[in-house]
Amino acid sequence: MDALIHQFFNLDIMGRALPLVLTGLRMTLLLCLIVIPLGLAGGLLFALASLSGSRTVRWGMIVVIDFFRAVPPLVLLIFVYSGLPFAGIRLSPIVAVAVAFFLNTSSYYGEIYRAGLDSIGRGQWDAARSTGLSALSTLAHVVLPQAIRNVLPDLVSNTVEVVKLTSIASVVGAARNALFRRHGALGHLQRLANRACGSNLSRHAMAGGPTDQPA
Amino acid sequence: MNAFLDTFFKPNLIAQYLPSILKGVLTTIEIAFAVVITGLALGLLLAVVRSFQIKPLNALIVVFVDMFRALPPLVIVLIVYFGLPNVGVSIPSFAVLWLVLSLVLASFAEEIFWAGILSVPKGQWEAARSTGFTFLGTLGNIVLPQAVRLTVPPITNRTVAITKNTALGTVIGVPEILNQATTAQSFSGNATPLMMGALAYIILFIPVVAFGRYLETRFAWRRS
Repeated sequence: MDALIHQFFNLDIMGRALPLVLTGLRMTLLLCLIVIPLGLAGGLLFALASLSGSRTVRWGMIVVIDFFRAVPPLVLLIFVYSGLPFAGIRLSPIVAVAVAFFLNTSSYYGEIYRAGLDSIGRGQWDAARSTGLSALSTLAHVVLPQAIRNVLPDLVSNTVEVVKLTSIASVVGAARNALFRRHGALGHLQRLANRACGSNLSRHAMAGGPTDQPA
Repeated sequence: MNAFLDTFFKPNLIAQYLPSILKGVLTTIEIAFAVVITGLALGLLLAVVRSFQIKPLNALIVVFVDMFRALPPLVIVLIVYFGLPNVGVSIPSFAVLWLVLSLVLASFAEEIFWAGILSVPKGQWEAARSTGFTFLGTLGNIVLPQAVRLTVPPITNRTVAITKNTALGTVIGVPEILNQATTAQSFSGNATPLMMGALAYIILFIPVVAFGRYLETRFAWRRS
């Protein structure tokens, strides 16, 4: 029991690691601030496209959305971060995270928005259009507000998932194929906590993160 | 165009690394099946235990479930794999991934099954009990069949999401698809193995995602 407390809840180590964990927390928040609005906006685009009048666009969107829902986010992230440089596209860790998350979360948000838009009766469209509203204002003022209210719980729980998912950004924080090496541009919660101190695990209990190197 | 093919679909590299990617596919499938079976079984068990309404036990279940739902799976994997050895418990990486993902799936499944059980009207319970069914008989024969049916779409979605997390095994060295692909990529200095890995995931998961889509329309709420 003592060993457990010493290893996982060591106050001394916690005190030393706290500033780094807080820096990591700021990074996590920053990532969320980039990734969530991008996903919400992209999802709306995906949803509108998948309800388009053109059959080709509709089927295309199903393929795109199912593709990004089938690929694990970590695979997508590693592909963007360490696969694309071979094609001459070199992205900084934060941009790579933004791109990978945009594709992944937009697909999930897109499906949720689509369910919401589906739930609004055709009559709402017809009535709004016949009062003289343009298609865009019908969408913005009549259909979307109702649709979003219908799927709000799903949007919120998906957002929670996205926040948790930002933890995988720690993987690209370090050099290619050297996961969790001690250098790298992206200081994420775990990696920073990791760097803080030798071989004590209290920082995990605090931040929840990797310990010493798997390398 | 040729440069593109050489970077992402180089034929000799495809041939060279196909066996190791396939080995990864096998590992991924093994873990996924193990996780789905133990995770769903444990989740159902917890939901059944919770329906007995034993206060201290329920509190424990809620704490356990909420903890595993709040922590990112990657974090739990790393704590178990790198943390527990320091207190003398070392578990092989394959087992760590299986254990952690099972517990995460169990937590989500418990919540979904519990919601399903709650959604069965109280009258069903009372009617069954008054015909002489025992508590367990009612639960097993009357309530659960109705509850589980209702939970099929959310359970499927959640299960798919958790099985995709098998890719997290790569950070602790489980030789699944992503791990094989990144290893092959660093040996060959070419993105072809990564592309193969991504394709392997697509082939594995597209049918599952499509099945989820079908379930969603099949079990969709009738809206007025």
